[in-house]
Amino acid sequence: MIGATSPIRFVRGILEFIGGLTQLLLAAAVAMPRALLSKRGRRLGWANLWAQMDRVGVKSIPIVVLVLFCIGAILALQMAPVLREYGKMDSVADVISVAVFRELGPLISAIVLTGFAGASIAAEMGTMVVSEEIEALEAHAISPIRFLVVPRVLATTVMMTCLGVVGDVAGVAGGLTVSSVFLGTGAQQYWNHTFEILKLRDFITGLLKAGVFGSLIAGLACYLGLGVTGGAEGVGSATTRTVVYTIVALIAVDLLFTSVFYYLGF
Amino acid sequence: MPEPAIQVLDVTKRFGSRTVLDQIRLDVFKGETLVVMGGSGSGKSTLLRLMSGNVKADGGDIVSLGKSISKMDDKELAAYRKNIGVLFQSGALFNSMTVAENVGLPLREHTDLPEETIDIMVKIKLELVGLREHADKMPSELSGGMKKRAGLARAISLDPQILFYDEPSAGLDPVTSAEIDQLIMDLNKKLGVTSVVVTHEMDSAFRIADRMVLLDRGKFIVSGTPDEMKNSDNPLVRQFIFGLTEGPLTERRRGGAYVDDLLGGATG
Repeated sequence: MIGATSPIRFVRGILEFIGGLTQLLLAAAVAMPRALLSKRGRRLGWANLWAQMDRVGVKSIPIVVLVLFCIGAILALQMAPVLREYGKMDSVADVISVAVFRELGPLISAIVLTGFAGASIAAEMGTMVVSEEIEALEAHAISPIRFLVVPRVLATTVMMTCLGVVGDVAGVAGGLTVSSVFLGTGAQQYWNHTFEILKLRDFITGLLKAGVFGSLIAGLACYLGLGVTGGAEGVGSATTRTVVYTIVALIAVDLLFTSVFYYLGF
Repeated sequence: MPEPAIQVLDVTKRFGSRTVLDQIRLDVFKGETLVVMGGSGSGKSTLLRLMSGNVKADGGDIVSLGKSISKMDDKELAAYRKNIGVLFQSGALFNSMTVAENVGLPLREHTDLPEETIDIMVKIKLELVGLREHADKMPSELSGGMKKRAGLARAISLDPQILFYDEPSAGLDPVTSAEIDQLIMDLNKKLGVTSVVVTHEMDSAFRIADRMVLLDRGKFIVSGTPDEMKNSDNPLVRQFIFGLTEGPLTERRRGGAYVDDLLGGATG
């Protein structure tokens, strides 16, 4: 796949990889209505989805809060000396809120979720391939896409969007705490600045990105996990590749989205 | 002449440049237990996966339950798979579900039966394989033999017409292995299913088989009843069945160009 010798094969490898991933996500999208809305689908689909949402999202909330709170705090401390020089200490709130809502909230939450959910989904799917569980599903005429991929992609997408909101709030809280306790900006003033500068579109573009990040995390994890060959070693390498590829893909997609938003003037 | 349930018509399967099955022809008759024997890498598991529709053939065709597998679309393949059951080598239970949930999954997925009915059907299937009291255990709490029995209960959950067994006694102690054999024979009688068993365990093969075939290097060497096989004068069959250290199978392995290999290594 990636890591081939000649540049042409390298590019072809990447394109094939993206093609395969797109195919999987499209198949999941096609299977989604039946998985959730049909009579038989409802019996297992929703229970499955709740279980995945709990596993993917709920359990990663404390880590996202901790990480984003620290990021907000770090940003405040990094910005303070520069802004103080210009006598613009109040603007710490502006910088942090825009940076966190538009960029860091979704992105850092997604990276946390990559380690938290992506790796675990890839390992789980890989283990299922190795222990013949995927083949057994197929032998029972149960599509692994509908039964395994749909709930995971959907749960990760929904939970990633929620985590984006949680991350946004935690980041601003981190900045607020540092500013009011160590930098001497009043909490009220910080709060007012945050609300003045933030526009609904900052929030929406951030969440839109978060949703796409979620699909990407689960899609890559399922794709690489289902592609495992060669036993326990294969599971390990798929898990590692999932984390690395996902982080690279997140940054690439983030760049793409940010440029599009920039040109559209969002 | 009994009616065939599965007809394998000149099937060829390749993995890369290696031909695993070479124009195989085979009939499996309704209600019989056919044992496919062969050494490791002889292509017997691949043959099973072809018949269960998990792998596509590169040439030839398989007609099973009156339909050609290679011509089935996704819907027909799904319908076919509801009429067959596969017991995988490891049991292949879904590790995130209890034994009862495993057995009930095909019923929940493919029927509109109410939960109470499904519970009863699951209990019946588990009783058939002697696991009713272990219904609420997770697969990780089961022994190897119990996992296979649970896998078997799941394979028969939709009352299939054909059952495929991939190495049912691999990795089991002799007593457990004999129990599984007994179970295969019981199911064959009680449910009237057609069974195809892939194995290299001779004791087990002779116990359960109505008919057996020996596969070697992607081709059938011989087929016949257990008695015919025992009395065969084909040296390869004799070596395989009696586990002899001298014979064509070991001969072949030794025949490699050992000297060339050594000298090639020295000069290259």
